[in-house]
Amino acid sequence: MLSIKNLHASIEGTPILRGINLEVKAGEVHAIMGPTGSGKSTLASVLAGREEYEVTEGEVLFQGKELLPLSPEDRAREGVFLAFQYPIEIPGVSTTNFLRTALNQVREYRGQEPLDAVKFLSLMKEKMALVEIDQKLLSRSLNEGFSGGEKKRNEIFQMAMLEPVLSILDETDSGLDIDALRIVSNGVNKLKSEKTATIVVTHYQRLLDYIVPDFVHVLYKGRIVKSGTKELALELEEKGYDWIKEEVDSTATV
Amino acid sequence: MSKDNQILEDLTAKEYEHGWSVNFETDEAPMGLNEDIIRWISTKKEEPSWLLEWRLKAYKTWQAMSEPEWANVHYAKMDLQALRYYSAPKQSKKPKNINEVDPELIAIYERLGISLNEQKRLQGIAIDVVLDSVSVATTFKETLGKLGIIFCSFSEAVKEHPELIKKYLGSVVPMTDNYYAALNAAVFSDGSFCYIPKGVRCPMELSTYFRINAANTGQFERTLIVADDSSYVSYLEGCTAPQRDENQLHAAVVEIYAGAHAEVKYSTVQNWFPGDKDGKGGIYNFVTKRGICAGDHSKISWTQVETGSAVTWKYPSCILKGDYSIGEFYSVAVTNNYQQADTGTKMIHIGKNTKSRIVSKGISAGKSQNSYRGQVQVMKRAHNARNFSQCDSLLMGNQCGAHTFPYIDIANPSAKVEHEATTSKIGEDQIFYCNQRGIATEDAVALIVNGYAKEVLNQLPMEFAVEAQKLLALTLEGSVG
Repeated sequence: MLSIKNLHASIEGTPILRGINLEVKAGEVHAIMGPTGSGKSTLASVLAGREEYEVTEGEVLFQGKELLPLSPEDRAREGVFLAFQYPIEIPGVSTTNFLRTALNQVREYRGQEPLDAVKFLSLMKEKMALVEIDQKLLSRSLNEGFSGGEKKRNEIFQMAMLEPVLSILDETDSGLDIDALRIVSNGVNKLKSEKTATIVVTHYQRLLDYIVPDFVHVLYKGRIVKSGTKELALELEEKGYDWIKEEVDSTATV
Repeated sequence: MSKDNQILEDLTAKEYEHGWSVNFETDEAPMGLNEDIIRWISTKKEEPSWLLEWRLKAYKTWQAMSEPEWANVHYAKMDLQALRYYSAPKQSKKPKNINEVDPELIAIYERLGISLNEQKRLQGIAIDVVLDSVSVATTFKETLGKLGIIFCSFSEAVKEHPELIKKYLGSVVPMTDNYYAALNAAVFSDGSFCYIPKGVRCPMELSTYFRINAANTGQFERTLIVADDSSYVSYLEGCTAPQRDENQLHAAVVEIYAGAHAEVKYSTVQNWFPGDKDGKGGIYNFVTKRGICAGDHSKISWTQVETGSAVTWKYPSCILKGDYSIGEFYSVAVTNNYQQADTGTKMIHIGKNTKSRIVSKGISAGKSQNSYRGQVQVMKRAHNARNFSQCDSLLMGNQCGAHTFPYIDIANPSAKVEHEATTSKIGEDQIFYCNQRGIATEDAVALIVNGYAKEVLNQLPMEFAVEAQKLLALTLEGSVG
């Protein structure tokens, strides 16, 4: 589904990603881990099409299509969803209104009829149950005054509504207490299918107890330096990142 | 950043939608301004002598005044002698009802999306249309007449209801009030008049639609709304003008009188031609709007959505004379390209327990300058006066400006006055967030701006609110920074 080949990206001339290679197939969950500053969030942002990042080399195929030339909105319409680490506030715009605009633009791109108010609301009801979100929250201004947990839950709710093919969760666990973590993870798990894939970007192993990955990749200095199964995450939890840093840095100096 | 600026430039280059003009035969005054012209206008309108005297007095006052320069706007002064002060579509006879109006005139309004025929009845709006200097049609006169409501052109009111005009004309905005108000008093040609009798709740929205068509013609209309005790009326005003290279002057006066327990809601969606993207042409909109809450427990509420004009100078105000009277001002002012707006309000608390509320939302894009100027004045005997002001500015791009000039003048220690102000920018992160959910940048801007202006847009009557939302989106399409 997703094929990243030799991806290099920089911000204001500073290289962050230095040759990422990654294959993600439908039905899989991949975890991207790594120490702070290793380029995890950059990878998520580049895939979603954030403009500050300049791709200097490499290509990304998404369902056989070149992803990088597409605008951020077209990537979203093709089925790429990014759950933000820091969801953005939009005063005066309710989540409901926001999502209705979004969903209908996505549907238009896919050649589907826009949803009328009744169908939209019934879809909302269905998805609300999935992520245990309160209707009151959805009529408030998007993310304005939301707690950390509410923001993240709202992200997953949006994901449920937009039914993406590839979901990228950027540090979704940050700022969540254990109950919120469970609810958010449950939502993600319920949304998984054989046709979709998930990339979980996280610093800690904790989230992976709930969203169990098929593969774990360690990102360091803009490259994937180690890949493995979920056991790798446990090993990282136990030993930290230093042994990997040393391994990589010593090879580099030789 | 460079990409954003590109989007901004592409979209701000969007053409003004109502920029066309129509050629038809007109009846015009000679160019220039002098006593003879004023006499010419007065004669043309078959006015009584007291009104001509009033005009001439205003003209004398005006001659001694000079153009105000305190506003935060910069423009080339207009040569007032190179203007025409009267231009009217030629009609063989005065139309008695809508069916007798020249079809070509009706076509103009149809083109503007304003239907004057009976189907408007379904929407419950009565319309008076003013083209250049004269009112061409007023709908639903009879329906309203049954309730004793008078809704007609100003000239007609002068003929049919001279006692009301004599009593209220200039009572809220004196002819000596300011330079433009005095000029208007001298040369005003038409406008709307509305009287709601005691205890009557006007069953439909009353609306005046202003259109400047002729070149080199100033538009000086007057609107006078009198709401007698315990009455209610909601009034809408809309305006457009053709796209012309030279600047055009619009200097209107609106006066509102509210008796005890009366309520007047006045909504404007102003879409005068703003000039092109290089700042050429456009309307100078120098308008004086003021209402007096004369009776106890009366209320006047101004709502304005200002998207057009090259230069705006406008401060819809309330004189809160009656005890327990309430004044409100809700405003969204959008400036783009080279537009300049200096707009706000004055709330003058005279009566006891008077309340006022000001919500101003400025949006600046392109190279425009947007200023809020507001005065809250609490007089000595205005015990327990309350004011709440909120002035927000939203900036798009990095070449525009937003300014706030609040004046607070308190002479009674029991007054409670609050002022809140914020300045924000449409963030790239907000746009990206919308994009990431599949929303195109233009729609993202519209969504964010409408969210920002929601508190004001909510004050507009439903059918106007939808128009205003579209207009905001159009004015700002893609002005991302």
